[in-house]
Amino acid sequence: MSALPFASAFPPVDQHYLLQARQMQALSFAVHIPLVAFGISFPVMVLFVEWLGHRRGDELYLTLARRWSKVMITLFAVGVITGTVLSFEMGLLWPNFTGTFGPVFGLGFAIEGFSFFLEAIFIGIYVYGWQRLSPRAHMLSGVPIVITGVTGSLLVIAVNAWMNHPGGFSLRNGKVVNVHPLRALLGNSYLWNELIHMYVAGYIVSGFIVAGCYAFCRLRGRWTRYERTALTIPLTIAALAAPVQMLVGDWVAREVAQEQPIKLAAIEGLYKTTRGASEHLLGWYSDNQMKGAIAIPHLLSILTDHSWNGRVQGLDTVPASQRPPVNVVHWAFQLMVGIGSLLALVSVIYLGVWIWRKRLPESPWFYRLLVVSGPLAVVALISGWVVTEVGRQPWVVYRVMPTAAAVTGAHGIPVGYGVLAFAYLVVAGGLLWVLRRLARAPLNLSAEPPNQLQAA
Amino acid sequence: MLLQSLPMVFILAGLALYVVLGGADLGAGFWQLATVRRSNARDIRDYAHRSMGPVWETNHVWLIFVLTVFWTSYPKAFGSIMSTLAIPLFIALLGIMARGAAYALRAGATTPRESGRIDAMFALSSVLVPFALGTAIGAIATNRVPVGNAAGDMWSSWLNPTSIVIGVLAVATSAYLAAVYLAADAGHDQEHTLERSFRLRALGSGVAAGTTAIGAVFVLNADNHRLFHSLLSGRALPAVIVSSLAGLATLLLVYRRRYEPARYGASLAVAAIIAGWALSRWPTILPGLTVHEAAAGHDTLVCVVVAVLGGAVILFPALVLLFRLTLAGRFRDAEHIEVEERTVTRVGPNARPLARAAGACLIAGFGLLNIANATWAHAVGVACLIGFVGLGFCAIVLPALYREAATR
Repeated sequence: MSALPFASAFPPVDQHYLLQARQMQALSFAVHIPLVAFGISFPVMVLFVEWLGHRRGDELYLTLARRWSKVMITLFAVGVITGTVLSFEMGLLWPNFTGTFGPVFGLGFAIEGFSFFLEAIFIGIYVYGWQRLSPRAHMLSGVPIVITGVTGSLLVIAVNAWMNHPGGFSLRNGKVVNVHPLRALLGNSYLWNELIHMYVAGYIVSGFIVAGCYAFCRLRGRWTRYERTALTIPLTIAALAAPVQMLVGDWVAREVAQEQPIKLAAIEGLYKTTRGASEHLLGWYSDNQMKGAIAIPHLLSILTDHSWNGRVQGLDTVPASQRPPVNVVHWAFQLMVGIGSLLALVSVIYLGVWIWRKRLPESPWFYRLLVVSGPLAVVALISGWVVTEVGRQPWVVYRVMPTAAAVTGAHGIPVGYGVLAFAYLVVAGGLLWVLRRLARAPLNLSAEPPNQLQAA
Repeated sequence: MLLQSLPMVFILAGLALYVVLGGADLGAGFWQLATVRRSNARDIRDYAHRSMGPVWETNHVWLIFVLTVFWTSYPKAFGSIMSTLAIPLFIALLGIMARGAAYALRAGATTPRESGRIDAMFALSSVLVPFALGTAIGAIATNRVPVGNAAGDMWSSWLNPTSIVIGVLAVATSAYLAAVYLAADAGHDQEHTLERSFRLRALGSGVAAGTTAIGAVFVLNADNHRLFHSLLSGRALPAVIVSSLAGLATLLLVYRRRYEPARYGASLAVAAIIAGWALSRWPTILPGLTVHEAAAGHDTLVCVVVAVLGGAVILFPALVLLFRLTLAGRFRDAEHIEVEERTVTRVGPNARPLARAAGACLIAGFGLLNIANATWAHAVGVACLIGFVGLGFCAIVLPALYREAATR
């Protein structure tokens, strides 16, 4: 137990299962994050399709929007569950974190709560309001869903940015004083790069997953105007977002290099502070060096410092107890960047075919690639969060509060972990079952039964 | 002092709304469990599900509201409660998960057998959640949660006579609220058979809840005489009286089929219990920790109060809209709105200039975000990249879809 530089709400406890508590939290995040990606981006797509339907007077678009909206509310319902788990875990697993810093970061969740509230209200009105509200009122009821999808995740990411780059309070005589929650959450330079990175990821993930479903239809031989429309819209967004993400990612990495040099050192497995550092691809970190990696000379310095011989701080600048687990962070980063590059390549193929041939690609291999792109995008998304969160270790509030000091003193963490993992398996299985059912519902373009969602 | 107390008032109000609205939701699940083998069981279950469908998530969010305001405003009390009561709260969490999952799954069920199974999961969890949360309330009420990180007993804090009887009371109250609301809905929809069923259930569960409440008083007297004393004397007494009278009046109203006022009477009866409980302990949150001592710093509290009031200004009109649409039955009957057939002559936007603008945005974005180092350049760069996605989307999707539509 490392000594705290300040007085936390409760004295430190001896928690034997800290690692399990962290894994339980990580599992809960990993389950929730893909649903957040849909929450950010999917309502925009649904609303766009409905708008097209009204504007063009085309029943096909309206049918598509209606079917997508059922998927949207199903994912939202599951997101409510997984989000609730997270807010419970703030207290169940980390009472000393909320107990000490609740006044600094808690406001973000409180405002997010309202945003979530409005989202729940309007998603209910939107989905149950099909053919019961006038087209204009129905479109309008969808707008708050789009807005709250943005504001809600903005505030949660603000909290995460604060944990990585804490501010808005000071420590005096070991006490947390001078708390300015708004400055802590919104006056944080770190917020913006995390936010943009996550938003773009949201569009990539949902775009590739939705497109992947219709790519699967095509491989199965179902390829009418309905499927082509349903593939073109999400795929175009994802294909434009994927290359953009590489540029955004470069920006994020430079911010990390500046504010969290140890995280960057862990990403690269850089032990000694180096000038003109090489970028390492693949490889395994042991005995304080990268082994078996492909080194690209000077690239790391160029990327992080924009100079040939820029200085990059190494892991040796902090004691071993303050270094994150290097291989987890390094490999999560490799996975994220590798998949991101692959998705960007898929995107360039798609955009290229559009620009030069003015049509969709025809090779079945392209569609096979698309089918796997969706799950890969989710892997990249989760890997990215692993880099952020594991890279921050051993701190829960970066360089202020160690994770070990935040954990609960309650017993039975492994039991809770096991039960929760089982519950997630059941929920995930159920979700897949429902989505398959929704996809298999007969596509009746002229007369969709009005009450399908309730009278299942 | 007012500033330190105000967030607690919000928390209690949120708790009351959760018990009234979320409780009615949970109770609807209870009736799905309690009507397994009846001739019109299927109808009752479907009806309960349908009435709650559009509002389920909304009602549930009150709990999230309570949690977030609590940990922001009274962090130390929050940490103590969550750590000592980890077990019942985790059980409640599992119940909430199962309920939410059942709600999502029901959209996919096609056969009675499938929806029957899902309803069973829904119903069981609907009983589990209020019971577990009730035991947690009982633990706080009887001062079994001390200040500290898991400082109280993990088991006996919530497995004691008072906690259990409050858990049972929470289940009974939820069932009662749901039956009253559902009878009101059925009466509104002219579903007379269903209305009769729910009326009987409302009367039965109302009597059961009342009896449990009286029983609870005796259990409390045996378990914790001081709390018993503080509930029945001084500040809390008016609230207890209001609750009892409202409960009796509601029963009478249901008996006479006056459901609309009964809806509000039942809510009042439940909210008054919470008010009474809070008044009896005020200003203590946990043993040795008052509202004032537990409260966060000045700036945080001001932010919370402004956020909650500001949020309420946006939230309440939206909530009113949702409930008006739901209660007016607008979500039940689809009036078929014809799609306006339009003859569209426009081919859509010209893709070429859009595509060029998108390309320019991409190059500018790259330069500003990835080459330049100034913060303002990064901001403009991000805007350019968003512009690239937007313009590129219009350049590709609109012409593509319009061309498809033209060849249909």
